[in-house]
Amino acid sequence: MEMISIWIAAILTLGIFSFLYKDNPLYKACEALFVGVSAAYWAIVFYFDNIYKKFYEGAVTADEPDYFLWIGAILGLLFLTRLIPKIGWVSRWPMALIVGATAGLWMVGYFVSNAMNQIGSTISGIIVYDTATGFVAWGETFGSLVILVGVLSGLVYFFFSKEHKGVFGATAKVGTWFLMVTFGASFGYTVMSRMSLLIGRVDFLLGDWLGILR
Amino acid sequence: MRNSFEKTRASRALLLVFVCLLLLLFVSFSTSVSAQADNDSDTPADSILALAAPAPVTDLKAFDTDNDHGHSITIEWTLSADDGAGANSVISYEIMRWEPFVRDSVMAARDSLGWVQARINKFEKEIPLAEESLDEVLTGQPVLDSLSFLVAYDEKDTSFVLTSEYVDKTLRDTIAVMQRDLPVLKVRAPLLPARFDSLLILLPKEYGKYPDAIIGRFDSVGTAVSGATSHENSSAVDSRSMGFIPDLIDYYYRIDVQTSNPNIRTSSETVGPVQSSGQWFNSGLVPVLIAILIFTILTMIFVQLAKKGMDLYVRPLAGIEAVDEAIGRATEMGRPILYVLGLGSAADIATIASFTILGRVAKKVAEYQTELNVPCYDPIVMAVAQEVVKSAFIDAGRPEAYKDDIVHFITNSQFAYVGAVNGIILRDLPATNVYMGKFFAESLILAETGAVAGSIQIAGTDEIPQIPFFFVACDYTLIGEELFAASAYLGREPQLLGSLKAQDYAKAVLLASAIIGIILINIFPETGETFKSWFEVID
Repeated sequence: MEMISIWIAAILTLGIFSFLYKDNPLYKACEALFVGVSAAYWAIVFYFDNIYKKFYEGAVTADEPDYFLWIGAILGLLFLTRLIPKIGWVSRWPMALIVGATAGLWMVGYFVSNAMNQIGSTISGIIVYDTATGFVAWGETFGSLVILVGVLSGLVYFFFSKEHKGVFGATAKVGTWFLMVTFGASFGYTVMSRMSLLIGRVDFLLGDWLGILR
Repeated sequence: MRNSFEKTRASRALLLVFVCLLLLLFVSFSTSVSAQADNDSDTPADSILALAAPAPVTDLKAFDTDNDHGHSITIEWTLSADDGAGANSVISYEIMRWEPFVRDSVMAARDSLGWVQARINKFEKEIPLAEESLDEVLTGQPVLDSLSFLVAYDEKDTSFVLTSEYVDKTLRDTIAVMQRDLPVLKVRAPLLPARFDSLLILLPKEYGKYPDAIIGRFDSVGTAVSGATSHENSSAVDSRSMGFIPDLIDYYYRIDVQTSNPNIRTSSETVGPVQSSGQWFNSGLVPVLIAILIFTILTMIFVQLAKKGMDLYVRPLAGIEAVDEAIGRATEMGRPILYVLGLGSAADIATIASFTILGRVAKKVAEYQTELNVPCYDPIVMAVAQEVVKSAFIDAGRPEAYKDDIVHFITNSQFAYVGAVNGIILRDLPATNVYMGKFFAESLILAETGAVAGSIQIAGTDEIPQIPFFFVACDYTLIGEELFAASAYLGREPQLLGSLKAQDYAKAVLLASAIIGIILINIFPETGETFKSWFEVID
């Protein structure tokens, strides 16, 4: 049984890799299988996790029913009114609730992490001293200057109310450079992590399937 | 003969000298070992044994942790007189919390029943209803040397009944307490058709009563190093527990001062009862409240100005300027436009911004009579996108051109979705691909396939780690907040423009704050630190 599973996984892996050459019937078959299986899988997961376990067992059959769950159930049903054109507009209510509630919930979190804490971290001594010797620590001082210039020029780049011209434009340009360097580093880092995914698949093919790697 | 005799004498003399030397060596070695042993008697081990009991902590206070959601109690104390002073023998403080025995009782039976947090009078566990496993549960488990749970199954109301029986006849006083305080425990297990069922044990609240040392004991819930004067206790049972302590339940604490000898420690007096509870208002977030109020006022002002027709300038964004050009190109080539909303939910800010841009694209598509394809990852996003596209077609005066198939669902699985969209890109060969919203690991896969297919690609996301991939594979990329600005720029709605302007002014305030803070902290460090603390809030 395990051998059959390995063979199926290997054939499907090769089918997906065949896309690197060009679109072909094997890739189409793998794609259709993947999409179909995943859609069915998630439908079942959502049904059992949300409708059955959370709602039915929590609000219908429970000894102490959680009546708040009925609110979610009713809003969920309202969503289905889209299927009836005459009252389809009612489906906008649950959508409005989801969008509004999430925006409200995230507002404080975003404000704290993306604005307040960023500024708090930027406010620091520019000249850093070595605690052991008492002399200026040039490396750390350079680092604090880079952070300072990077944050301030980056913020200037994201000003949309003023055209990027003159000193303002030059500062924004510096901000752009900082962004590009950051993106470059992030790109390299992520590419390396993706390589580990590829290695995992190759390891499966050469090890589990072909038995070349032990 | 004589020579031989003399040789023998000489040999004997040499042997004697050798033996004497050996004896001398042995005596000197024994003496040095003995001296060493004498020296060794004054080792740290002896000094540890000779440690005096340290002075206890004083001014012990236990109170509900402020500005939290509950489930946490803060304990504060004044250092032991032997911590950093006096005998200087304190190495740590052990925080002890009183626990009723019932926890041990249930934990002892965990192999069959599971365990329950102290003073939680509800326990639920899934147990297999297979006969052999059920028998195992029903046999009852010995608990705490002296207490047994007897489980009986009542067929009438299909429930288990769990009773306690005290079996240790030697502890008569304890028996009396336990018999008084332990009524029948009821275990209810509604029988469901599934193989796995739920076992619910209702423990009477009497189990959690303090301070009767007979039915409870102090357990360690954490350690603080010497010099520390406070500890936050949020663990449910002990320091190894992953859960939080339940709210509105009485707790009792004491602090044990520990020395390098585990047997020499001093306990403080017990404080309590204290309960944890959540606060309605987090005073630590007052700076955020002020900042949000300022931002809200700015937004309202600019929205009003926009409504009154004031021209609010927003600098052009190359990526958005290119949208019209890309739609025109698709029309000329007679090929479709692919619009991908990403993997975000309908509540994600990036997805909401993407809806606005989709509206604009759909309107142009309707005007130019081009084909549009919007494959969706999330069913709710699909529903919203259908509304947006439908409205755009109506606005363009071509409601008959709208079809529900334009916006369609693929799957809720990330890479299956990517596989399907890749297939669409290679088979339909869209002239333009627009990726706007929340993207994750699929960003490069999509953008690279689009580049291979020769499409013009415009992308925008607030997921910073994905932006580099769009940069390398797309023609235009909107970085982070540019996506939100783009939606305001395209929509030209007063609310969006007003909020964009307010954002810019808020950024100016933050920029000014950063500069002021840096100047202050470098010239007046104390004032600067106070100023900095306003921004270091924790949500």
